Amino acid sequence: MTALANFLNDLPILSVVTFLPLIGVAIILSIRGEEEVVAQQSRQVALLVTVTTFLISLNLWFGFDTSTAAFQFEEKVDWLPEYKIAYRMGLDGISMPFVLLSTFLMPLCVLASWHAIEKMVREYMIAFLILETMMVGMFCALDMVLFYVFFEGVLIPMFLIIGVWGGGRRVYSAFKFFLYTLAGSVLLLVAMLAMYIQAGTTDIPAMMATEFPVAMQYWLWLGMFASFAVKVPMWPVHTWLPDAHVDAPTAGSVILAGVLLKMGGYGFLRMSLPMLPEASVYFTPLIYTLSIVAVIYTSLVALVQEDMKKLIAYSSVAHMGFVTVGIFTGTKQGIEGAIFQMLSHGVVSGALFLCVGVVYDRLHTRDINRYGGLVNNMPKYAFVFMVMMLASVGLPGTSGFVGEFLVLTGAFKVDTWVSLLTATGVILGATYMLYLYRRVVYGELTKDDVRAMADLEPREVAIFAPLVLAVMWMGIYPSAVLDVMNVSVDKLLEQYQPAAGAKAMLAPAAEQAMAWLGGR
Amino acid sequence: MTALPALSLVLPEVLLTVGAMALLMIGVFKKKDSTSLLTGLAVLLMVAAGASLVLDPPAAGTAFGGLFVVNEFTSFAKLMTLLGAGIALVMINSWAHTEGIARFELPIVVVFATLGMLMMISANDFIALYVGLELQSLSLYVLAAFHRNNLRATEAGVKYFVLGALASGLLLYGSSLVYGFGGTTSFAGLATAMASAEAGNVGVIIGIVFVIAGLAFKVSAVPFHMWTPDVYEGAPTPITAFFSVAPKIAALSLFLSVLMGPFAPMVAEWRQVIVLIAALSMAWGAIAAINQRNIKRLMAYSSIGHVGYALVGLAAASTEGARGVMFYLFIYLFMNLGTFACILAMRVKGRAVEAIDDLSGMSKSNPGIAMALAILMFSMAGIPPMAGFLAKFYVFMAAVNANLVPLAVFGLLASAVGAFYYLRLIKIMYFDAPRDAFDKPDFSTRMVMAASASLMIVYFIVPADLVSEAASAAQALTGR
Repeated sequence: MTALANFLNDLPILSVVTFLPLIGVAIILSIRGEEEVVAQQSRQVALLVTVTTFLISLNLWFGFDTSTAAFQFEEKVDWLPEYKIAYRMGLDGISMPFVLLSTFLMPLCVLASWHAIEKMVREYMIAFLILETMMVGMFCALDMVLFYVFFEGVLIPMFLIIGVWGGGRRVYSAFKFFLYTLAGSVLLLVAMLAMYIQAGTTDIPAMMATEFPVAMQYWLWLGMFASFAVKVPMWPVHTWLPDAHVDAPTAGSVILAGVLLKMGGYGFLRMSLPMLPEASVYFTPLIYTLSIVAVIYTSLVALVQEDMKKLIAYSSVAHMGFVTVGIFTGTKQGIEGAIFQMLSHGVVSGALFLCVGVVYDRLHTRDINRYGGLVNNMPKYAFVFMVMMLASVGLPGTSGFVGEFLVLTGAFKVDTWVSLLTATGVILGATYMLYLYRRVVYGELTKDDVRAMADLEPREVAIFAPLVLAVMWMGIYPSAVLDVMNVSVDKLLEQYQPAAGAKAMLAPAAEQAMAWLGGR
Repeated sequence: MTALPALSLVLPEVLLTVGAMALLMIGVFKKKDSTSLLTGLAVLLMVAAGASLVLDPPAAGTAFGGLFVVNEFTSFAKLMTLLGAGIALVMINSWAHTEGIARFELPIVVVFATLGMLMMISANDFIALYVGLELQSLSLYVLAAFHRNNLRATEAGVKYFVLGALASGLLLYGSSLVYGFGGTTSFAGLATAMASAEAGNVGVIIGIVFVIAGLAFKVSAVPFHMWTPDVYEGAPTPITAFFSVAPKIAALSLFLSVLMGPFAPMVAEWRQVIVLIAALSMAWGAIAAINQRNIKRLMAYSSIGHVGYALVGLAAASTEGARGVMFYLFIYLFMNLGTFACILAMRVKGRAVEAIDDLSGMSKSNPGIAMALAILMFSMAGIPPMAGFLAKFYVFMAAVNANLVPLAVFGLLASAVGAFYYLRLIKIMYFDAPRDAFDKPDFSTRMVMAASASLMIVYFIVPADLVSEAASAAQALTGR
């Protein structure tokens, strides 16, 4: 047993977590037999592999040293030696929770697709497993080129998932998604090349220590911004998101909202802020403006939507507006709030899309007016939907509250107007979510086909139970997550604050709020 | 100097020359159809020539009084050319039989064309350059029109010939100007002359521009690309596969050895021309491909675009840039051969089809081919994790290092536009409703497909060896 344990300990855990899904792909490819058998076995293998990946990735959580800001679980192998580009992986307190988020959502996606996907099941599962590799790899990458490779690599499976298994205008949406993101990423690549020339390396930790000339920073920052803003997405480059969400299959929407949107915010945190602090400070008003427009405008747009998925898609844009505000406040509360908000939004919006998927599977429409009174015949569903709806609104005791509150606290310390305007998003958010909930779940149960809908089956309960638990856990005991990122955020601020100068003054009231939330 | 040591340097060329003549004899005296036999022997010749380069790499040196140069750069380029020609020949054979153009001259003309390419690559003098180039070009004209009962093929041949003759004229005129002002046709002599007094002389500059125009025609760079779509469409498909790789590799290598050899001191003058045609090629290759309905025309525009990206490496005018070009060409070689293998597989009930819409729903009817083609298309678009990404990465990195940032930005934007039409193929294969399934392709076609697609991933993961090969080739070229 000790030999086995030693062997397992010696394995490069990040590579294992990243590439284990590819082994699942190989297994699925080797399945032979009738189409039905292949489909069923593909589902089983995909579930097994994603669950195993999640269990292994739990080691990252429990083996994580929260007292250091250094990168942990590091691996390094030469890749393109001429340019000193290496396959370098590692995690710090900012990236580690995102890896967990990705591996956590993946098995749920496989379960959610169990009956919803009937055609080309084998290829579908392969696409999802490749997607998992790309997502996890992106959060682990410690080399810019490697980061870019995973960042771009995500596009291929997602493009196929929307285009092949989507509905409605799936081809249009798939192309829009791909080309929007690619156009942005290409500018990121240019910025990377220029940074390489300047720094002589693409190693992310080394680049964080490099001081780029201020005049150059502006251009580099804009190049990165083009890519990350599309991914977040920020207004006005968010228009691909509602289309992609509406036409993607349910599980595709879950991953899109749950993980892919976080790549933009993560990019800001990993690159823009620490590597280009002066430019980040310089462009902060731009970010504030775009974010506030996003929060208010897309909330209003969400209010008038008739399509459930579209409504949640717009609410995602609004919630991500909070994230960008939080990141660029340059305060500890703001940044931790932004990260927390991203994690919370990953779980909550993923769950909301799954909620839509549940009723869509039964009635094959997402039109809000076609529903009503579901609380009478689907009590379990009504409960789950309510928890997620309240978390999205930001009710205290749910994960949504912590993120929004911290972001607003951070914003308040920097600029009360930003804080005030952003806070309107909380009110608007409550309006459209409660309005949605009232129309779908409450009211008279008048329509016959709606009355015939069955409540959650055990498979669906198994999907939602972990999500509900995660939302409650993060809402009631947020310091479990905040502790993980604490030291890393401090280090990020050390790099950022000399540039931010006076903006980083700490207000006592906000400190107290933090102490109450985090138990510190 | 004695003749014998020089011969060891030109062993691959000697093999091909003697072999081609022997094949001609066999073809003439054998009564029955001998295409298959001759094709097999021709492939063996290519393999032998390639093996002589790999197993016993010739020492660097010159032969025939300095007309002919051999070093790691020429060996690398020759190896790629031979690979391209050999694999294309394998695919030609079965196709020639089903389409009724199986005549014994076919493989022999391919061998002669390849011989011309090898001579171009090793040219160290404008005279030698021209001889090699013309041997290659004349053989290619014949190949383009080989399906002589087919209207499109004859049109392609004639068009190619007329425009090609014009380009050769431009090249000759340019080299005569260079000779007039430089006093010699030898590359080594010109290098000395250019480095001293003649640099910046208007006559020489005009000469260089003409030479560049002639070479740009051969690599089909915009604005000298007009023949490409017609020839690609008109020529028999496996011949098109051959056109899209071997002559491109040879001509681009020649481009490198001319501009970075004798004209290296005048980099400031010729760089602006190269930057312009690179930018135009990338842009036009991306834009004009969008509306194509025929997959061979699409591939023509795609190759125009790829030449543009390779020229970005040349514009960098550094060892790093040359390395980028060599790496690009190697990846391009397999990317294109693999794609053409997929196009060859497009046969419905024995009849070849080439409309893009015929690929519709292929992921369901022919999942294997669809997957290979999808990988190749993502690689062509330069999207990781495929080797096409690294190929672009190396040339753009070189361009940025040479302070050509606007060109790099422009190229990256063009590649985003270009991604659209590669994706369109994938969309048609994966998203659209299936049509008639294709016939099962023969073994060699399947092998080429599978090997090329796998190489795209393999070279992405472990590019280091190939890159160091390309680097030593580039060092041999620039001497740095």
